[in-house]
Amino acid sequence: MNTAEQTDRHDESIDAASHQSRRRFLKLTGTAMIAAPAILTSRRSRAQALIELPPSPPTTPWLDELPSTIEPLSQTNLFSGPLPPPQGEANTANGECGRTDHQRWSEFFGAPVIQPDQADLYELKANAHNDHVFHPHYPPQLAWSFEGRSSNGTVLYNPTIFARYGQPVIVRLHNNLPPSHGAGGTQLTSFGLPEISMHLHNLHTPSESDGFPGDYFSETKYGPTLKKEGKFKDHFYPNVYAGLDEFGGIGDQREGLGTLWYHDHTLDSTAPNAQRGLAGFYLLYDDLDSGDEHDSNPNALRLPSHPYDYPLKFQDLRFDANGIHIFDQLNPEGTLGDKIAVNGKIQPVLRVARRKYRLRLLNAGSSRFYEFYLVNGANVVQQFTYIANDGNLLPSPITNMTRVRLGVAERADIIVDFSRYPMGTQLYFTNRLQQTDTRGPKKVQAPGTRILKIIVDHEPTEVDISQIPNILRPVRRPTSDEIAAAPVRNWTFARKSGLWTINDRLFNVKSARATISKGSAEIWNLSNPSGGWSHPIHIHFEEGIILNKFVDGIAAPIPVHERGRKDVYVLGPNTRLRVFIRFRDFTGKYIMHCHNTIHEDHAMMVRWDIKE
Amino acid sequence: MNNENTNSRREILAGMGLATLGMLGLSAAWQKLGGATAVTSNYDARDTSFPNVTLYTHEGEAVRFYDDLIRDKVVAINMMYSDCAGICPVATANLLRVQQMLGDRVGRDVFMYSITLQPELDTPKGLKHYADRHGIKTGWKFLTGAPEDIELVRYRLGFYDRDENIDNIKENHTGMIRIGNDTLNRWSMAPALAEPQQIMATINHLDPKAVHTHENLA
Repeated sequence: MNTAEQTDRHDESIDAASHQSRRRFLKLTGTAMIAAPAILTSRRSRAQALIELPPSPPTTPWLDELPSTIEPLSQTNLFSGPLPPPQGEANTANGECGRTDHQRWSEFFGAPVIQPDQADLYELKANAHNDHVFHPHYPPQLAWSFEGRSSNGTVLYNPTIFARYGQPVIVRLHNNLPPSHGAGGTQLTSFGLPEISMHLHNLHTPSESDGFPGDYFSETKYGPTLKKEGKFKDHFYPNVYAGLDEFGGIGDQREGLGTLWYHDHTLDSTAPNAQRGLAGFYLLYDDLDSGDEHDSNPNALRLPSHPYDYPLKFQDLRFDANGIHIFDQLNPEGTLGDKIAVNGKIQPVLRVARRKYRLRLLNAGSSRFYEFYLVNGANVVQQFTYIANDGNLLPSPITNMTRVRLGVAERADIIVDFSRYPMGTQLYFTNRLQQTDTRGPKKVQAPGTRILKIIVDHEPTEVDISQIPNILRPVRRPTSDEIAAAPVRNWTFARKSGLWTINDRLFNVKSARATISKGSAEIWNLSNPSGGWSHPIHIHFEEGIILNKFVDGIAAPIPVHERGRKDVYVLGPNTRLRVFIRFRDFTGKYIMHCHNTIHEDHAMMVRWDIKE
Repeated sequence: MNNENTNSRREILAGMGLATLGMLGLSAAWQKLGGATAVTSNYDARDTSFPNVTLYTHEGEAVRFYDDLIRDKVVAINMMYSDCAGICPVATANLLRVQQMLGDRVGRDVFMYSITLQPELDTPKGLKHYADRHGIKTGWKFLTGAPEDIELVRYRLGFYDRDENIDNIKENHTGMIRIGNDTLNRWSMAPALAEPQQIMATINHLDPKAVHTHENLA
């Protein structure tokens, strides 16, 4: 403290001296200008203003437990409620926001209004609740959640949705968020805008149900790409594979998606809104990845299934001295969380049976990258099998993996065989990737920070018959002819006057920077010429395949787990990725953006459209 | 800081002629004339409130940054300097279109401010010339002040870069419009060169009186 004061005084005296000398200079010369006017020199203010937020208060680890099984969202009968059942056109007369008509609706349902048993119908309510406990040492406090109901009527926050290819889903989302956070807040505690646009990352979704950033709504307000405010919005998730037009039926099974997540995507406010808690899982199954380890279908993979199929959502959060969740809305680089919540809990415990589990790991942001290791109490690294990246099953499993690196929004499905451990074994998910600001990760350093404790707690109630086949889901790689014929589009991400640009242009929510014909394929060059920043770039709607990776202009190997289909492409410093993407089956507005949601909210985003 | 000081400063400003002050550098001038320290409020960055420093409008009025400009208001704030040859003129023209679209709401529901990054040279009078030259209507204030005060405001509003070399270049702070609603403690931003309609949308998103964010319906 003394040193700081002395430094301050010292700087003041320098400033005062420089003012005096400037005044003498001006008097002597009568000059109105001094040289180099465009340089700022106020050291004192900088030192004073750039004080970082203090670290979150300490927390004792392993006090709270995650539920041993997840409870999925239960369906709602939308034929008996106060509102009419879902329909193709926006039901603005009954309070639906002014979205565009659902595409291909009559093809799926044959009538303007849906009939019973044509789709799985769900209801979610975006709501605020004041009783969320991140950690027992922090007070119960405000969180926002997508609320639903379990089969026995219990309220679930951000529930997992189980969906199935060939069975369309309609999610009716009500926006019940309060218009304000109430009195007594500050800019650090009052983050989050009550208008929402729910994106299902990365379903093959028609654009009006995609959660386009400009499609945000509330009862009193509507975004620039909607036509009317509203209390609710129906989202139509067809659950067809990409390739519907090309292959017929329900599309190309090689395009199957597995681990998806829904989250708010409101223009300018995705980071604060997602920080508030608006994010959950959507797990999609088919007859290959059927979600049933007992499946008698010979094609079924019989991977470990519910309740041994367990999603884990990691979020970096920051808390003030009172243990209240904060986010600095005025810091141009947002707030890096120093506490990692797993499914909303800080340093929780998960008790598992002595058998195989499929763990689905999601980095739900805002801006921290992770490199997870599973270690025992002596920090010895344990092995597992890596089966899916970005929710997409790989052509074959990667055995003996020891780490999972995740940029924001990336996912990894791994299978851990806990039967290899004696009862009572304690294991830890540990993050070894160091990061001190929101610009990107630094180096990997053992032993890292323990995030989640796993206790091998009980014997399974039956013999574990799940398996990890050597072949998972085949990938459709583009042929050399397709690559040669594909138009090339370059996208360069840069920083200019404190703002993000893509190809030197700013985001325009109303206007597409690229218009692509439905059914075509392109090669996109994604370039990050910056040395200091990492950008997890997310392309909505379609999965792509990385053809080449260049770092500092030199070809670099593509990691084995990134050789399947992806929807998040981590552009490290001075990196270029060459990606092959098809654009199929639906038309309308979509986006590509940095999924560091702080960059995203600073307009690091580009709209592209698909047309007929 | 009390009113007496502010008043005496204003009188002195009026009496001396603003250009002279500009030549001396405002900070030194305030110190000399007001007998006060340059930083006109005690401020700690860990405190999340805004510094309530005294700034001066292009119309020669002394205002407190928080009490008079921010408190209970919806605001759109950018930073510029009058001899900026980069994007400032375009940004100003862009904001002028926003002002035109906002119409009567400017100065009533939405307050527009442009704060100079070069207070040593941008006197109130100079900023008035700048505003006149660009056809700025009433309700949009151009602001200068003691350099240390301007710096506090700049950091607090988030017009900075953590990299000191980038932070030292003024033009790097001209690309953003900080948009906020003090009543609700909600803060957002828009690029200064974004389409004026998109800037409007962000303002309207934070203004409870607006329903459609893309048109001026309030």
